Amino acid sequence: MNTIVSMHHLLPEFEKMKRRYPAGFESSLTLPCLRRIQQERGYVAEEDIDLVVEYLGVPRIQVEEVLSFYTQYRRKPVGRWHLQACRNVSCSMRGAERMIDHLAKRLGIQPGQTTADGCFTLDHVECLGSCGTAPVVIVNETYHENMTVERLDALLGELK
Amino acid sequence: MSGRKLLMSFPVTPTSHLLAEVRARGGYQTLQRVLTSMTPEQVTKEVTAAGILGHGGAAFPVGRKWSVIHLNDSQPHYLCANADEGEPGTFKDRWILENSPHQLVESMLIAAYALQVRNAFVYIRGEFDLPYRRLQGAVDEAYEAGLLGEKILGTDFSCDLVVYRGAGSYVCGEASALITSIEGKKGYPRNRPPRLTVRGLYQRPTVINNVETLSNIEIIVRMGAEEFRKVGVAKSPGTQLVSISGHVAKPGVYELEYGTPLAKFIYEDCGGVLGGKKLKCIIPGGISTKVLTDADIATVTYDHKAMEAVGSQVGSGGMVVIAEGTCMVRLLQVMLRFYHHESCGQCTPCREGMGWLHRIIDGIVAGRGRPEDIDAMVRISEANDGTTICGMGDAAGFATVGIIAKYRDEFEYYIANGRSKCGGRLEVDVAEQEAAHA
Repeated sequence: MNTIVSMHHLLPEFEKMKRRYPAGFESSLTLPCLRRIQQERGYVAEEDIDLVVEYLGVPRIQVEEVLSFYTQYRRKPVGRWHLQACRNVSCSMRGAERMIDHLAKRLGIQPGQTTADGCFTLDHVECLGSCGTAPVVIVNETYHENMTVERLDALLGELK
Repeated sequence: MSGRKLLMSFPVTPTSHLLAEVRARGGYQTLQRVLTSMTPEQVTKEVTAAGILGHGGAAFPVGRKWSVIHLNDSQPHYLCANADEGEPGTFKDRWILENSPHQLVESMLIAAYALQVRNAFVYIRGEFDLPYRRLQGAVDEAYEAGLLGEKILGTDFSCDLVVYRGAGSYVCGEASALITSIEGKKGYPRNRPPRLTVRGLYQRPTVINNVETLSNIEIIVRMGAEEFRKVGVAKSPGTQLVSISGHVAKPGVYELEYGTPLAKFIYEDCGGVLGGKKLKCIIPGGISTKVLTDADIATVTYDHKAMEAVGSQVGSGGMVVIAEGTCMVRLLQVMLRFYHHESCGQCTPCREGMGWLHRIIDGIVAGRGRPEDIDAMVRISEANDGTTICGMGDAAGFATVGIIAKYRDEFEYYIANGRSKCGGRLEVDVAEQEAAHA
């Protein structure tokens, strides 16, 4: 349990980021610091909150609130490939519900779950601003647009 | 094509967003002219005279917003571009961020000069990947070329620009929630007054404009207000980037001169309904705007006044085309699930109201609807109107009331029979759709 890697090595990067903000804007770095930590670790651990609180001098409750308010922050690891399928209006009108059912069936998991081998996590999300190229699935950070069942299968074949 | 182009005025290629090509097209010449030959007051005067309305959804006059800033009040002012594009059906700002990021950067610098801003921000939604990389790339190029930072173009004007990434929150597209988010907090909207132009980011006067709105600033100053006003119509000068999606033959982003006949745009420019189907209705400007039927749009022109006259809005320019045979009950269910999910929970009418609406429509779709549910949904929507800090509660209500007013029979049928009058369809013919993607 005590083997968790510290994120202190990111502090020089945080310092560089800070230089583009006016003085007194330390609190503003809360979101970007957490984002960078999550990129590195895959999620935000308890120890990371300590680090951000200490580094920025912001109240701990502020960091906890940010983590629970914004949907992109994760407190737990996800699979190697994190699939986020939009199911809002335009995507649904272009087949998102079928796509999500297909993904769930192929992966053998429901949205919100991770496959037993830790390879895939499936989530559904709301509008990603990809309505003209619907339906869309995000894999980790990359948009995959104009999805069809065939294209989904091809994509899953590439992700191993 | 429908009218003159201001923003989509150059051919998009894999390199047309890069600084070298932008400069070859005349980019940053307007900034040079502004910094060397205009006063900040003259810029604001030009923008005000141009009569441009906000393109984010609320259509607030830009000049009136800017005029609240006192240039000599010896305190910092801030400028934020709202790139938290998340109103379902809207993806127009993404076009600018991906294809013309320097247009935004140059325009923001001109705006920053007019408003005497030292630190500007672009708040971009956290999911956007390519738009972020393109914009950050443009900002880096601009710093490298001396177009951002200290003593820009050798003048006394200095300005820094930070691209601030959101982290997944619809409500942060609301201006006060947006600045609360830039302060590094959960994105709760704030009560007005005070207006954000009086006390905004870190309690300082702050102007927040939509990406497309700001991107027009360079164009206005380059053309001059008088020439700019010749584009569009008197009450809606200029153009609107319309993002069109749903059951439409040619989805995408189109630049539409205000005053263009709407039916012509949909049927000619966008190829009409997918698979040659008949049009049932459109959502004209983001899902929070009221739906318009085929009859509503037959003669309407695309501008603020005309759209309001038929009971809807230009809104965010996010147009969704809905084919005949689509189930409006299920469509509203998708919308209400979204609003429920995105309600930030600060105000009771929205927090509870969105939950009630969502649960009621889930009940109807599951076959447990009661006849009184329809009126209950209207009542909850109307009770939300004007009782919440931000406009989200109102918006969900508009969408609900708008759909029920025009398609009440579909709700009654669903409740009486426990099933959809339209087979619960959200998609048109699947085979046609797959063919369209091929």
